[in-house]
Amino acid sequence: MSRSLSSGAIANVKNPQRKQRRSFNQISAKLAPYGFLTPFIVLFFVFSVFGFVFSLYLSFHQWNPVAGMASMRFVGFENYTFSLGEPDFYKSLYNTIWLGLASGLSQHLVAIPMAYLLVSLGSKFRHFMTSAFFLPFITSTVAVSLIFVNMYSANVGIINKAIVALVNLPVINWFMDWVNAFMPLRWLEDRTLIKPAIAILQFWKFVGFHLVIYISGILTLSKEVEEAAILDGANWRQRFWHVALPHLRPFIFFGVTLTIIGSLQMFEEPFIITNGTGGIGNSGLTISMFLYKVAWEWLDMGWASAMSWLLFLIIAAVTAVQFFVFGKKGLGEH
Amino acid sequence: MELKKLSLALLLVGTTAAAQAATTIRYDCWPNHDKTAVDKIDEFYAANPDIKVEVLSNNWVDHHNKLTTALATGDGAGDLVCIDVEKIGAIVNQGGFTDLTSAFGADKDADKFVDFAFAQGKGTDGNVYALPLNIGPGVMYYRREHMQDLGFKPEEVTKDWDALIDWGVELKKKGVPLVGHAGSIAQTIINTEVEEGNSIYFDADDKPIVTSERFVKAFTYAQKARELGLDGRFGDWSSEWFEGLKQGSFAIQFSGAWLAGFLESWIAPDTAGKWGVEGLPAGFYGSWGGTFLAIPAQSENKEAAYKLAQWLTQDRDIVLYEFDTNAAFPALRATFDAPMFDEEMAFLGGQQARLLWKDIAENIPSVKPSKADNIARAIILEQALPSVVEEGKDVKVALAEAEKLIVRRMRNL
Repeated sequence: MSRSLSSGAIANVKNPQRKQRRSFNQISAKLAPYGFLTPFIVLFFVFSVFGFVFSLYLSFHQWNPVAGMASMRFVGFENYTFSLGEPDFYKSLYNTIWLGLASGLSQHLVAIPMAYLLVSLGSKFRHFMTSAFFLPFITSTVAVSLIFVNMYSANVGIINKAIVALVNLPVINWFMDWVNAFMPLRWLEDRTLIKPAIAILQFWKFVGFHLVIYISGILTLSKEVEEAAILDGANWRQRFWHVALPHLRPFIFFGVTLTIIGSLQMFEEPFIITNGTGGIGNSGLTISMFLYKVAWEWLDMGWASAMSWLLFLIIAAVTAVQFFVFGKKGLGEH
Repeated sequence: MELKKLSLALLLVGTTAAAQAATTIRYDCWPNHDKTAVDKIDEFYAANPDIKVEVLSNNWVDHHNKLTTALATGDGAGDLVCIDVEKIGAIVNQGGFTDLTSAFGADKDADKFVDFAFAQGKGTDGNVYALPLNIGPGVMYYRREHMQDLGFKPEEVTKDWDALIDWGVELKKKGVPLVGHAGSIAQTIINTEVEEGNSIYFDADDKPIVTSERFVKAFTYAQKARELGLDGRFGDWSSEWFEGLKQGSFAIQFSGAWLAGFLESWIAPDTAGKWGVEGLPAGFYGSWGGTFLAIPAQSENKEAAYKLAQWLTQDRDIVLYEFDTNAAFPALRATFDAPMFDEEMAFLGGQQARLLWKDIAENIPSVKPSKADNIARAIILEQALPSVVEEGKDVKVALAEAEKLIVRRMRNL
């Protein structure tokens, strides 16, 4: 080590020009990655970091945006204490968690066995079905939400029409006739139905995404393990429970994490389905919708920012709990 | 030859100088109120050769969000902006717009506009901040097959709210709902029967008045209409509402003059002749919607922007063009003697509806917008009213709770 250093030093003394060139090359080699990263870093700081920092700053201020920057006034933790005393904050949080559990859980509970089934059925069928289930995920949320609004329509919606047609079929009618007494279901005007209506839309839209993740997961399961299980006499159900499912653990961890974060930020679907109002008795109001309303309709940016930071803390806490529950196994480490 | 070159050079210099002298202003609005400024701009240029106008159009929601952001950052707003009457209260009193009274003596134009509309553009300091571009005189649209054809008279069923409910009961016997949603009855009473000196939701000192007699009456009639089964239980702009307007499956709709234009042009063009209009029940007057023009305080071309605002709101031909092409009812009195006001409107069964709207526009009482209107509106119309109509909540309890929430949420205003 010392030898190479000293010889290098002699060489540099002998040829100062080469030293200069080398150090220039060394510097530029060191700087090059930063140069390539600059566009991203600039955009990241302007559109992400600044937004974070500014909203944190705002959450300690009272500010009506239309009055200009000069009207900002420091209020300490007032926006936070005000949020925690606000009934609709808790109501929207409850709705968000309800929707997250109803649509999120069902997405995974359906996607996992269905992925296993589709893999078992062979590649041709699997490719077709996966594409069909994935299609809703890539459609425009606004467009499909508007279509669902029409489908949920009490008198002219296809969902109610289908229910009526179904329960009045000859045999089914014998034991399902009582349903007619509840028709038409007012999906969007009934406090108890609005959340299921939103959850159904969410389920339809996202189940295909999780299906793709789980199919990829099952496909990474080595043939040998599967064949060994068959040789040991494990049936289809046992292979699912004891071979495929444990193998899917990191994939489930990933999928559930995305669902938690996505659900807690749910905005577009309930916003369009309830026409921006939150529905009867605010029963379809999610926390993201509420803070949008506070910021852009009631022009109270400080309060909205405080709520968004409370939401951030909640998301962080729930994700941390999930990490804790799944542990390292969730990440595929042993 | 040299002389020719010199004169050409001089001409070029002159043209360049003129181009440099022209002030370019931006006009921000939403479709279709941006259309007149595009279609007729040459007429404005003829009178104002030193001003160039760029039009920036966004949809209604984006336009207002963009305006809010621009006012917040102090940069990026147009020199002249459209603003919906629904949004005006929250912005006008926060200093985002130019005081047109102090800057241009806009008060002197008060008589040119119908009183209520001019008052809506004023701040709490009494100065003018926005000029009315169009208004929506409120009427009751009704289907003739459920009115005259059944032997009812519009003036009798609108004598008072009880008469209207009685007619609804008769219609129900024939299986026809009176109205799309019972809540629209409450909304009409709340918006049109405002006591003198008050704004819709607040008194002169900005204290909420939502537990007052007007609100109790409004909520009670809406609840009664629902209990009697007089509504179709669907809101405005829902698919059933559109279908209902096309098929005539409900009898009446309270709305502004603009709805006739919407019905005729795209909602239900096949229903020509099947509609009629009548003044609102109990002889009250009110307005549904309206568009205003304001100059953001950050604009550096306020004079040019004000010239454009004056042209758009006070040039008789331009305002009539907007009325003709967009069904945007004018607030400008000078237009009221135009021949089109006397025309019988075939779509409305030959009624001279524009005369009725004109009469209503002149009689709508002046109600100033309040700075917390948007908060109160959301709580009353989106939460308290549905809880009473859909869930049968006690009216007084719902209103008392609403008042508490309004007071709480307007803490910073």
